Amino acid sequence: MIENIDLALVNWSRGQFALVAMYHWLFIPLTLGMTYIIAFTQTIYVRTGDKEWERIAKFWAKLFGINFAIGVGTGIILGLEFGTNWANYSWISGDIFGAPLAAEGIMAFFLESTFIAVMFFGWGKVSKKFHLVSVYLVAFGASLSALWILVANAWMNYPVGMVFNPDTARHEMVDFWAILFSPYAINKFLHTITSGFVISSFFIVAVSGWYLLKGRNILLAKRSIVIAASFGLLSSLFLATTGDGSAYWVAQKQPAKLAAMEGLYEGEEGAGLVAIGLLRPGKQIGDGEKAFIFKIEIPKLLSVLGYRNPNAFVPGVDDLVLGNAGQDIMSAEEKITRGKVALNALADYKEAVALKDTAGAEAAHARFEENYFYMGYGHLFDPNGIIPNVPFIFYSFRIMVMLGFAFIALFLLILYLAVTDKLEENRWLLRTSILAFPLAFLASMAGWIVAEVGRQPWTIQGLLPTMMSTSNINANAVILTFWMFAALLTVLVLAEFKIMTTTIKRGPDNAKKGGENV
Amino acid sequence: MFESLTHLQLQHYWWFIMSVVGSTLVFLLFVQGGQTLIGTLGKNEEERTMVINSIGRKWEFTFTTLVMFAAGMFASFPLFYATSFGGAYYAWKIFLVCFVLQAISFEFRRKQGNMLGQKTYEAFLYINGFLGVFLLGAVVATFFTGSEFYRSEYNLSYWQTTLYGIEILLNPLNLALGFALLFLARTLGALYIINNVDKDVIQQRARRQVGLNAVVFLVFFLYFVIRILLKDGFAYHPETLEVFMEPYKYLNNYLQMPVALILFLAGVVLVLYGVGITWFKESRKGIWFSGPGTFLTVLSLFFVLGFNNTCFYPSSYDLQSSLTIQNASSSHYTLTAMTYISLFVPVVAAYIFFTWRAIDKHKINDEDMKSGDHHIY
Repeated sequence: MIENIDLALVNWSRGQFALVAMYHWLFIPLTLGMTYIIAFTQTIYVRTGDKEWERIAKFWAKLFGINFAIGVGTGIILGLEFGTNWANYSWISGDIFGAPLAAEGIMAFFLESTFIAVMFFGWGKVSKKFHLVSVYLVAFGASLSALWILVANAWMNYPVGMVFNPDTARHEMVDFWAILFSPYAINKFLHTITSGFVISSFFIVAVSGWYLLKGRNILLAKRSIVIAASFGLLSSLFLATTGDGSAYWVAQKQPAKLAAMEGLYEGEEGAGLVAIGLLRPGKQIGDGEKAFIFKIEIPKLLSVLGYRNPNAFVPGVDDLVLGNAGQDIMSAEEKITRGKVALNALADYKEAVALKDTAGAEAAHARFEENYFYMGYGHLFDPNGIIPNVPFIFYSFRIMVMLGFAFIALFLLILYLAVTDKLEENRWLLRTSILAFPLAFLASMAGWIVAEVGRQPWTIQGLLPTMMSTSNINANAVILTFWMFAALLTVLVLAEFKIMTTTIKRGPDNAKKGGENV
Repeated sequence: MFESLTHLQLQHYWWFIMSVVGSTLVFLLFVQGGQTLIGTLGKNEEERTMVINSIGRKWEFTFTTLVMFAAGMFASFPLFYATSFGGAYYAWKIFLVCFVLQAISFEFRRKQGNMLGQKTYEAFLYINGFLGVFLLGAVVATFFTGSEFYRSEYNLSYWQTTLYGIEILLNPLNLALGFALLFLARTLGALYIINNVDKDVIQQRARRQVGLNAVVFLVFFLYFVIRILLKDGFAYHPETLEVFMEPYKYLNNYLQMPVALILFLAGVVLVLYGVGITWFKESRKGIWFSGPGTFLTVLSLFFVLGFNNTCFYPSSYDLQSSLTIQNASSSHYTLTAMTYISLFVPVVAAYIFFTWRAIDKHKINDEDMKSGDHHIY
């Protein structure tokens, strides 16, 4: 299909997408979670009429507004980047991938943008209840937006509900519901959105904790901590549950990603889960050497998590690359061979159709169908290339999981001390809670690295390699725009950070008077 | 229900839907037009703030409609998305930068600690309003004038110049539509502000801008429309799908689709009427005529661009690579599924209307800007 691969183009395209996505993800978690927390505090205000709750809701809404704008700005770049930088992908999978994005626009974006106007400008202009409903609708809209984009992302990891049409040379949707209700998608949505809730909770706990350390806005801080820590605790417990679901679906559908997450080279029955481990540098696929310098392993847990069976076989990197006849696992080389048969059959089909050779077209089509499942492998040259970067994925996964469990304990402790009114005595905990906010981002970014870098070398798992997905343009154009966005977004993020910290320092009373530099 | 429609019917339906969204977007560019008038209409801090808060309370809606247009084109005509965005690369990237700047500027402009200073954010708004709108017009003009790309047998597209979209600026017709859109947006912006801001001095200045900008708009627009109607257009044979140049294609389309012609004439009359009553009768209701007039005019242009066997994204490099609603669309299944989703559109339009009315009952005035209890840009 494509003759020449320009690796600089591929790498810079990936770099540009990663750059914008990571900047985007600095803001989206707060949009996802803060809306609910604002809605909860405002609900209490509407029910009780207590002006302090109104003040609390307005203060967090102010910070939410600063964050929301830049989230929108970075979001539009990503949406259009599918076209500008991943044009081949956009055609080859646009028939499936475009629909969730359009649904996101119609169902979610308008809901958010319309009711956010009520949320910001509707105080005093609409009734209290209508205003409150608007806040909930903004929260719901943000969640719905996340649902659609994560459905699209999940499909890239576990492609379902489609066939390949050789006439148009693309994948085409045949079952919308299979895509929307793919278990991979549902789990991904729940896991990702709750990670946003956890980050938002830490944001509010951190700001409130800072106020308590400074002895300012005590009532606002205490009340906010109770709400945010409760929400955070529930969310982080749910996060652990959906994390388990994620591991299960990765094991089922992306064994190479799972092997990389675990640093598992030689597959085994009753595989254990590495709790802590240090990978041995220089380890090569199939060299028979040990993968770890040291490790602490929980016996059989990986088999249980991945296959719900303590004695299940979990394939390792070596099995997936070199094949394992005993476990009925085909080698990567064989898959590449079959993939090339599929691609050649597709070319033959095209030629036969052009020559109006019906019999030839039918024969080529049959050959294509037989090998279609391996089509993506036909573009690869190196069997080892089917495995993502093991150390990067292994350590990222551990950072995410360890921090995730630590957060549960931290929320539990904060909530207990908040309810018993002993928070201010435990200043170390307040300081820890401030530190936990950036750590929550670190955990979340590590999770995205596991998900996205772990999917490599594919954009669509098994069907389309990343290197075939870019636009057909000069790498220099991508390099130039990479630096343009790097500079622009860095400046804007710094500006956002400065405004955010200034607004926090001024506190709710100043914010209430406008918070602006008039 | 929609499953029984033919693929061709669905393709027409989706071109219609995208035409509606695209036309709505052009109307909503009054926000961008207003952004280029901040300094002209507001001579001091208070006045500028009033102007900014008037248009600023609608920016997200224009932005969302733009995103919706892009996402809708991706879902319904993915080959266009891949070809245009992946080819006219620089044009779209600069366009994106303009809109990123807009997204943060309203919110950050007057916040303490904004680092870059208030004037910088106002400059950002100007850049978005000027360059963003101009580029959009220039790129859309290539739907009539063509771009240099080749489409392979696998439907992968290859741009034939390394200018990647900058070459768009070398064609006077593209420039003409770019400027026409810019001055139309400024006209609409001024009309909107006249309607929305309760302050005489701002209204008087805006009224003057309506007249000036409408005249400049008309010059560029008439030049573009007359040239388009008289030029050869990119047509395709409905059976063989073979692309060929047809003399007076777009004029023929208007004549062969009287509905489009009526929409066009009605739209132009409404735009001029809105400008006229603002200029001569000092009415504040001009936007209620010029806005819908803009919508109808643009809608008719979309119709002659995509219907009646016309290539809506032509290739001037290789005629047969040109994109039509038939060869660039999603599959029958996807368009059907999307058609069900499109049933949400009236619901969305209804709640937008309801909430806007609730908020806009109160016009922007001096007191509103001084109230400390509200979110103010």
